[in-house]
Amino acid sequence: MSGFFAAIVEAVSAFLGIIDPLCGPVGIFNLFAGDTLLACGNAGWGDEIAFGFLVTASLAIATLPVGLVIGFFIALAKQSEEKSLRLSANIYTTLFRGLPELLTLFIVYYGLQILVQNLAAALGYGGAVEINAFFAGMIALGVVFSAYCSEVLLSAFKAIPRGQYEAGYALGLHHGRTMRLIVLPQLIRVALPGLGNLWMALLKDTALVSVIGLPDILRQTGVAARVTKEAFQFYAIACLLFLVLAFLSSLVFSAIEGWAKRSEVAR
Amino acid sequence: MSVVTTLIPPQAPPEAPPKPFTAGRFFGNIFMGVWLALTVGVFLMIVGGWDPEKFTRYGPSYLSGLGVTLLLVGLSVVLGGLISLPLAFARMSKNPVFSWLAYGYVYFFRGTPLLTQLFLVYYGLGSFSAELKAWGLWWFFRDAWNCALLTFTLNTAAYQAEILRGAIESVPRGQHEGAAALGLPKKIAFFKVVLPQALIVALRPYGNEIILMIKGSAIVAIVTVFDLMGETRRAFSRTFDYQAYLWAALLYLLMVELLRNLWAWLELRLTRHLKR
Repeated sequence: MSGFFAAIVEAVSAFLGIIDPLCGPVGIFNLFAGDTLLACGNAGWGDEIAFGFLVTASLAIATLPVGLVIGFFIALAKQSEEKSLRLSANIYTTLFRGLPELLTLFIVYYGLQILVQNLAAALGYGGAVEINAFFAGMIALGVVFSAYCSEVLLSAFKAIPRGQYEAGYALGLHHGRTMRLIVLPQLIRVALPGLGNLWMALLKDTALVSVIGLPDILRQTGVAARVTKEAFQFYAIACLLFLVLAFLSSLVFSAIEGWAKRSEVAR
Repeated sequence: MSVVTTLIPPQAPPEAPPKPFTAGRFFGNIFMGVWLALTVGVFLMIVGGWDPEKFTRYGPSYLSGLGVTLLLVGLSVVLGGLISLPLAFARMSKNPVFSWLAYGYVYFFRGTPLLTQLFLVYYGLGSFSAELKAWGLWWFFRDAWNCALLTFTLNTAAYQAEILRGAIESVPRGQHEGAAALGLPKKIAFFKVVLPQALIVALRPYGNEIILMIKGSAIVAIVTVFDLMGETRRAFSRTFDYQAYLWAALLYLLMVELLRNLWAWLELRLTRHLKR
């Protein structure tokens, strides 16, 4: 059975290797930079940078659902009738919108390390504990993203008239189903431009995680720059790759926006 | 005929029904408890690890770091504001060469992380030291502080140009036409009619941009500038005391909240004629 899974994994990775836009057989680095510093394989830095590209993209994509879900519940808490819930949600957003992302990252990274270490010591395990940089980055960026996201969603909630909820209740829908079937689809349409901006900010903030050692675009190009002494070329490539990511996500967002507005009358 | 002889004595109002213990209240209490516990924990940590020697040793360096951060942000916001003026006009100009150049500039600086731009200037231009020495510019690019100032200025210029452009374009056409009908020259119409209305629209985004710059300026610590974050990292690497980060967090929060409240007051003050 494990051989079967290994075969599947191998097939998938072989397929990904073929369509890999940077280092595959028809990859940009292979076609245009075959015999330069950017060559793939052992000759150049192409494959390392391609891996960094993948890490950056996957960190941003993994953070997005975490931030969205937390942000949604924070937005709900902010418009709740319960005073303590509102207050605690406001403390959360004030805190994480006011702190620099880099500082949040350090606080989460070292704080988690200390916390886990103390817990492990209490359980009788004395060794050193290392927190995964990807995980720490995901938490720190997710927390910051959710704080901003809650503001965007809150203003989107305010744009939905009270009558929409009442109509849902009049149809006999439960509170949760009213939210899911009636409010959420309209909420997405209103909040999408703001969420697009937040996604761009998140994409740029992932560069900070290179500071705690995650091998993302910036870290990989930085290592290449230090080894080859061609700093300008490699950091320019890092900038270009981030621009490519920004461009791709703007394409995706305009597609989603078109999908969300498909029911509106064309003006 | 009946006559009222006695009044019903005053009675206490009926008792309020007990507040239902809803799920919201439950979670609200839990989260408030978590915040309270965290506050108490941080307080105990600071009190428990209080070391007057550390305080006298690193306290002044925190203050000097704060000064560096404020100077860097202030200078770059002002210089960036100056650069953003021609940039915004180039972006709005009818000449496609200018508008595309400005668009490319803005797209580059808004589409890439500030950290990457900083590395590109500090390490990237630093690798051309021979050429820079020949041009007599090496003294500027040798210093990390200058590189950070240059990067931040260019970066915030791109953002401020977009803010300014959006604000100027938000002024209705009728205002231009009204000024033209009054016989005002284009220049005077722009400075006396359009710009004051545009700046009120731009006020809030400008405040957000300054806050973003304060928060973004923490990354200069990575290229060896000892701003507030840099001093914090130095203190942490020497003492391994987690408090170092908590003090920095407190100072950053203080700065951002002060600025936010100042901006709210400013906006209230400047838009008081628009209130109905």
